[in-house]
Amino acid sequence: MKIWLMPALLALLSGVGLIAALVGDDLWDVLGWASLGVPVLVMGWCWLRPVRVGS
Amino acid sequence: MRAASIRAWSRIHTWTSLICTVFLLMLCITGLPLIFHHEIDDLLGSHVEPPPMPADTPRADLDRVVEAGKARRPGEVVQYVVWDPDEPDSVWLSMAPTPTSPPETIAGVVVDARTAEVLDVPNFRTSFTGIMFRLHVDIFAGLPGKLFLGAMGLLFVAAIVSGVVLYGPFMRRLGFGTVRAGRSRRLYWLDLHNLLGVATILWALVVGLTGVINTWADLVVRLWQRDQLAEMVAPYRGQPPVERPGSLAQAVAAARAAAPGRTPSFVAFPQTQLSSAHHYAVFMRGDTPLTSRLLTPALIDAETGALTDMRRMPWYAVALFMSQPLHFGDYGGTPLRIVWALLDIATIIVLGSGLYLWVARRRAARRLAVPVPAQ
Repeated sequence: MKIWLMPALLALLSGVGLIAALVGDDLWDVLGWASLGVPVLVMGWCWLRPVRVGS
Repeated sequence: MRAASIRAWSRIHTWTSLICTVFLLMLCITGLPLIFHHEIDDLLGSHVEPPPMPADTPRADLDRVVEAGKARRPGEVVQYVVWDPDEPDSVWLSMAPTPTSPPETIAGVVVDARTAEVLDVPNFRTSFTGIMFRLHVDIFAGLPGKLFLGAMGLLFVAAIVSGVVLYGPFMRRLGFGTVRAGRSRRLYWLDLHNLLGVATILWALVVGLTGVINTWADLVVRLWQRDQLAEMVAPYRGQPPVERPGSLAQAVAAARAAAPGRTPSFVAFPQTQLSSAHHYAVFMRGDTPLTSRLLTPALIDAETGALTDMRRMPWYAVALFMSQPLHFGDYGGTPLRIVWALLDIATIIVLGSGLYLWVARRRAARRLAVPVPAQ
């Protein structure tokens, strides 16, 4: 179950982002790119964070 | 999951991906500049800005705008008149030798909406974004090209789904986002493939599926012609097509009066793909991000300038309209387009690493299969 927690959360945020910007302008647009931007930030963080050798 | 079913899903993932990867890479790479096509056209000078004038400068008569286009391309006719919401001071004319000439023969003329002077005759066929667009939409092969790319898109969706199924067993002993560096190159790219793949699932599914729907645009148009449009223009059956349509300005005014609160998005001239042989089809859009994509055609008798009929588009056209913003990512300003581009780049890395992993695994398997000669 734990395996799917983060993927599900990222998918949820992506969905919110994709729809929010479609619904309205201004604040909705901000909500749109901010939530869709979370998966991008998470990818960047996991890729570039200090390398833990092994595990 | 049982080992046998993992093997089966793995085979599905390998083959659906292998077949579509090269085309998906092409689509992701050509799609990247298309996200920023306005900026690139500005940068490369393939876009002429209308001269600054006070915001309340009155609009020129639309019939003069059409005349300006005809004067620039004598002997040709206007097929479509298009207003870009981002360029309120210019009007696009799509011109071709005849009203029924195929899309490949269309040439654009950009006219100043206030002075009715020709601003630009852009050459979409040789501009950088124009070439990227054709590659992305139909690889220069028309409808068969579109449908082929649509089939590749469906394989891409199958690859994503099978990839999600495999993510579980692969990640059993790993924390989310673990990228094992310093062990082997293959493990590093496998972890990265899993991380970027799983983080972009929903976006890739949405952009993939809406891309597939966009490849069916021509079919949707044909269906609408036979279905709703045929019904709307039934009273005109048997009449000869209108060769010399009347005033466009009058037609647009009639459409505006019939759809208060909506603005024209584009007009299809009589005999073109998106209208009947007797009408101006004025496609009206709303003013919210959602309703601005849902177009409603007002059919205006091209001879009398009176409204014939106006109906909401059927569900399959609505599906196509909604697929456009969700595929283009052009509905939330520049920040959304930047996020769109970053997700596109992530997808390129997923595709590239997937290809690398397949090659690396084959190589490893071959090394195991072939006995190493004794030193």
